Amino acid sequence: MTTKSQALLNWVDERFPLTSSIKGHLTEYYAPKNFNFWYFFGSLALLVLVIQIVTGIFLVMHYKPDASLNVSGVPVAFASVEYIMRDVPGGWIIRYLHSTGASAFFIVVYLHMFRGLLYGSYRKPRELIWIFGTLIFLVLMAEAFMGYLLPWGQMSFWGAQVIVNLFSAIPLIGPDLSLVIRGDFVVSDATLNRFFSFHVIAVPLVLIGLVAAHIVALHEVGSNNPDGVEIKKKKDANGIPLDGIPFHPYYTVKDIVGVVAFLFVFSAVVFFAPEGGGYFLEFNNFLPADPLVTPPHIAPVWYFTPFYSILRAVTYPLFGLDAKFWGVVAMGASVIIIAFLPWLDRSPVKSMRYKGVIFKTAVAIFVVCFCILGYLGVLPPTPGRTLVSQICSVLYFAFFLAMPWYSKIDKCKPEPERVTFK
Amino acid sequence: MSVEQKMDSGRRTLLLATSAAGGVAAVATAVPFVASLTPSERAKAAGAPVEVDVGKLAPGEMMTVEWRGKPVWVLRRTPEMLASLEKAAPNLSDPQSEKEQQPEYAKNEYRSIKPEYLVAVGICTHLGCSPSEKFKPGAESGMGEDWPGGFLCPCHGSRFDLAGRVFKSMPAPTNLEIPPYKYIADTTIIVGDDGKA
Repeated sequence: MTTKSQALLNWVDERFPLTSSIKGHLTEYYAPKNFNFWYFFGSLALLVLVIQIVTGIFLVMHYKPDASLNVSGVPVAFASVEYIMRDVPGGWIIRYLHSTGASAFFIVVYLHMFRGLLYGSYRKPRELIWIFGTLIFLVLMAEAFMGYLLPWGQMSFWGAQVIVNLFSAIPLIGPDLSLVIRGDFVVSDATLNRFFSFHVIAVPLVLIGLVAAHIVALHEVGSNNPDGVEIKKKKDANGIPLDGIPFHPYYTVKDIVGVVAFLFVFSAVVFFAPEGGGYFLEFNNFLPADPLVTPPHIAPVWYFTPFYSILRAVTYPLFGLDAKFWGVVAMGASVIIIAFLPWLDRSPVKSMRYKGVIFKTAVAIFVVCFCILGYLGVLPPTPGRTLVSQICSVLYFAFFLAMPWYSKIDKCKPEPERVTFK
Repeated sequence: MSVEQKMDSGRRTLLLATSAAGGVAAVATAVPFVASLTPSERAKAAGAPVEVDVGKLAPGEMMTVEWRGKPVWVLRRTPEMLASLEKAAPNLSDPQSEKEQQPEYAKNEYRSIKPEYLVAVGICTHLGCSPSEKFKPGAESGMGEDWPGGFLCPCHGSRFDLAGRVFKSMPAPTNLEIPPYKYIADTTIIVGDDGKA
């Protein structure tokens, strides 16, 4: 480095922790050397977040959150989305990047969470990272739900109608709460405008704050790895973990490979199947919102369906309260319970590699149930399907609630002293 | 060294008092923000009554009008349809309309002022979807052989008869709401105004 630029850097460093931050978080942040395929999804989630923010900024320049009808009798909000798709140069690709990005976000985040489950990344000392992560997932669901109202199509309208009405099932405060959420007696222009405000300002700010906390907490304790052993236990003479490699350049370069592979698939969807077969953009949402007619079949977007199935699975009233209320409780609990994983897992080992057959079976059943619940959530209910979703919901909760017991009696293999690396 | 011995309790009291006053101010500041989330005066005023001419309805036909942003159905029931109500009664959760889902003058076996015309808010009492027409009795509606004719909510499968009464063991907890309404002429009704409120 030339003396002049070195002098400039020194000048900055005396006033701002630039060099020390770069070292602490990149060039001297030591990550385990045995990261595998599953470790792509954290950085990919960050990439999708950036895609959503950038495309969102440009969409807001043309979108209008207005439920009133224009001269052609079409809601202004719906018409402005069509305008973006047809008349704004490049508008169609920006919008498809954003709508595909929403589904991609959930795919990546679900895989990222599954990685945590596989390798025990939630275990001590990473409980807070996991809790921040669960909160990110919750906030992401709120963000996606509010964003889905904005095109003001039939699914936007009736989806919001159903979900907001869920809150009215809460005893005492419920009806007033849903009134405050809607800002009107029905889902209306007031609802559209506040969801717009939350979707573009409030929730993204919270999301970015939580992502920062997630990463700061991660860099405080260091990353877990597929073996679930702490690399900080074995350090060299300089205090550097023997099994650690600097995040930059090793993992920045590795993550670029993940980014390229991801963008291949992502672009293919954006260009060739942006509707995702009716799962990413539901066909009924190509009709403008009509408060008088519910489409013959309404279903949430795919990423909500496992939780939606749990909601529908509760059909019995209890303690004098409606089944509707308990359905809401079950749906809320099914997300919140994820945050308690660090204290539910009593296994002596972290990683699935060394866990016994009981835990592996439990995870397999859990994944199958989660997928079945997701599949049933897009279908109209029948008595048979309701029964299957009830069984799967019970197994979903049993996976968590019985974990303190079955993770303890499970026969685990011994963990290695150091990470294994093939 | 003990911190407590050195603590200036006078200053500590002032500190607590200041924090409490600041906290009260912060809560007070939140009031207008929370208030702004509740329905505006315009939204509250938007519930004007709607006049409907039901004379043009053919027997068995239904029309939908918008009242307070919600669909209100007016169904002209045929004698067969009215007869089906009795057939449905044993399978209903509240056949006598005992829950307060209708004005007093609609608390009868037809849930209407004139038996012929059903006026109901077409919003499912479960989660607010609008049920669809399944008027044809029996298997023709795809609702099973013993279906007396009625409505089916597409969202969660709640079933209602032709008086908007919910069947047993459905997600919807109560019958459909009957709005306040009155006849101002033989075939003209006003929805949202029954001259009582």
